[in-house]
Amino acid sequence: MIKITDQPINISEVIELANADGAGAIDVFIGTVRNKTQEKQVTQLEFEAYEGMAVKELEKIAKSAKSKWPVEKIAIYHRKGILEIGEVAVVIAVSTPHRKDAFEACQFAIDTLKETVPIWKKEVFEGGEEWVSAHP
Amino acid sequence: MKINILAFGIAREIMGKQEFTLDIPSQSKVQDLLMMLENQFPKFKDLASKTIALNEEYVKMDREINPNDEIAIIPPVSGG
Repeated sequence: MIKITDQPINISEVIELANADGAGAIDVFIGTVRNKTQEKQVTQLEFEAYEGMAVKELEKIAKSAKSKWPVEKIAIYHRKGILEIGEVAVVIAVSTPHRKDAFEACQFAIDTLKETVPIWKKEVFEGGEEWVSAHP
Repeated sequence: MKINILAFGIAREIMGKQEFTLDIPSQSKVQDLLMMLENQFPKFKDLASKTIALNEEYVKMDREINPNDEIAIIPPVSGG
């Protein structure tokens, strides 16, 4: 199950989507909004998504995880819009029969998401803002 | 040929809007379009990377653009 939403993510709902009778482990990654980047105080984050393509790329990640590990189920929810400090930006839940595979598949999913999925994050500071990773 | 381009994140801010129309030579390739965009909007040259997606898929630089493709400029992604 893949979703991009402008509503707060219900973490239990995402975990429940990954639960399966054949699963002995569910690994969960929760990405949250941090209050600073290097030494700058962040006041909020703004996420923008190319939604159709982002969903397709997330589906590719799910498919790829299933081809590399014995994944029972995988669920990925990503927020868009304006997020305050401490809010949940992304939740990934992966179930597998044994824990090692769940850890690895979950790490693969978040690492790949950050490289390929067309979602952009703007950090808003006191008196300024900046698109993350835009410039070298 | 006239094409429609979608822009996101910093690319949207550089161009001043999410969607705009550009007139490009027919049989232009992705790499040609990126060059034209850099000429028209020099701030694109400062980005860490940029690519073009056609019909919601990443494509190679030598892919030819069709006027009915959904064309999007993808600046460096930063989800998660």
